[in-house]
Amino acid sequence: MATVRIPPVLRPKTGGQSEVEAAGSNVGEVLRNLTEAHPDTQGQLFGEDGDLNRYVNVYLNDEDVRVLDGLGTGVKDGDTVVILPAMAGGAS
Amino acid sequence: MASGAGVKTIEEIEPFEAAQEIEGGDVVLVDTREPHEYQEAHLENGKLVPPGLLADEIATAAPDKSARTILYCRSGNRSAIAAAQMQELGYEDVASMAGGILAWQEQGLPVVAASGMTAEQRDRYSRHTLLPEVGVDGQVKLLNAKVLLLGAGGLGAPTALYLAAAGIGTLGLVDDDVVDASNLQRQVIHNTERIGMPKTESARLFIEALNPDVNVVEHRGRLDAGNILEIIGDYDIVVDGADNFPTRYLLNDASVRLRKPVVSASILGFDGQISTFVPFEGPCYRCLYPTPPPAELAPSCSANGVLGVMAGTMGTLQANEVIKLVLGAGEPLVGRLLLYEALGTTFTELKVRRDPECPICGENAPEIPESEMGRFPDYDLFCAGAGGDR
Repeated sequence: MATVRIPPVLRPKTGGQSEVEAAGSNVGEVLRNLTEAHPDTQGQLFGEDGDLNRYVNVYLNDEDVRVLDGLGTGVKDGDTVVILPAMAGGAS
Repeated sequence: MASGAGVKTIEEIEPFEAAQEIEGGDVVLVDTREPHEYQEAHLENGKLVPPGLLADEIATAAPDKSARTILYCRSGNRSAIAAAQMQELGYEDVASMAGGILAWQEQGLPVVAASGMTAEQRDRYSRHTLLPEVGVDGQVKLLNAKVLLLGAGGLGAPTALYLAAAGIGTLGLVDDDVVDASNLQRQVIHNTERIGMPKTESARLFIEALNPDVNVVEHRGRLDAGNILEIIGDYDIVVDGADNFPTRYLLNDASVRLRKPVVSASILGFDGQISTFVPFEGPCYRCLYPTPPPAELAPSCSANGVLGVMAGTMGTLQANEVIKLVLGAGEPLVGRLLLYEALGTTFTELKVRRDPECPICGENAPEIPESEMGRFPDYDLFCAGAGGDR
């Protein structure tokens, strides 16, 4: 099982949880397990074509999966998958 | 004073007498202390000849043995001994200043520092100069540095406070907003009495009272494609505390073009992020976030809320990064994204790599010709278009 760290903006879609355990042998599987358990996260993470949205950064432990094998990046027990959208705070 | 068998008595004069003679001109002034004492403070035009090197170096400092020569040291002892030595060497008109530089300063007479700091500055920054990684040289670098703060709000406020305290010589502030009561939960550079005042003016008042060494330059307005190159061009480092994505992307584009490092942070709720972008040495903002998120994934603080002290935590981390860049000390967060979560008080570090395909700083990024330098893509459109269907 890997731990998926949920950014604040997505926590309302995971019942408020900031960390969710999800199974999978690679990052793609882990994220799909996440979206199955919490369907409201699907649209935020994945586009219509099933690819990860470009504005969402995903890290395996501390490395961006884009420099590894993307969604095919292998995941071991105890690894952490971090979902990170950009923030700009401020006033609306 | 000093005399013994066969040694002529040397002349001693009071500091005010020395000052009068010096003002009259035609005096050779010699400082008989050690280099570190001289660095800290010395009399203007005083030439350093440390006691151990007197025999070797006095001829260079005072070539004319008949010229009026005044010697001083810290309290009058070493200069008296040096005066006697010089007489032995044939100097005809030598005097030692009684009480040394201590007495001189006590009488309110002025001193200068080789390091470029006044006596007040040496006192003010003493806790800095004691640190080997800073020292007098480092403090002078801070005093000569020019840093631009994008935003005098949540992040800009604490950053400005600590950069001003550190003695950053020129602080530019870009903000078009006025102080509002709801700012005061986190923008601690402002206060209740200054509600309604332009933020740059409010910040300037605080900074001037904290540290008169700092020159505050107010840029009341927003950065846009028409003014950004001109504005950031005058500064060494930019601190990004912008409250919107288009400005962050514009700043990135411009700072890479001009090769200006940017210390960039953002806060929301209980979360903060910070990284330092040094063009071509590390990734740029576009390498990290190639596309901005759609609006629903990027709420604002006014909609979502932010813990006030988050601004302080991330803002002071920004100040820390700026100081390290100016000093050339430590390890700035280049290629590193630091995440802070306040509820758990946890820090997480993620690696950020240069993207070889980055349209701004990648290998194939287009060379910007002079004529295009001031022209930027429409970032408002770029950001509005993100996330698909329009």
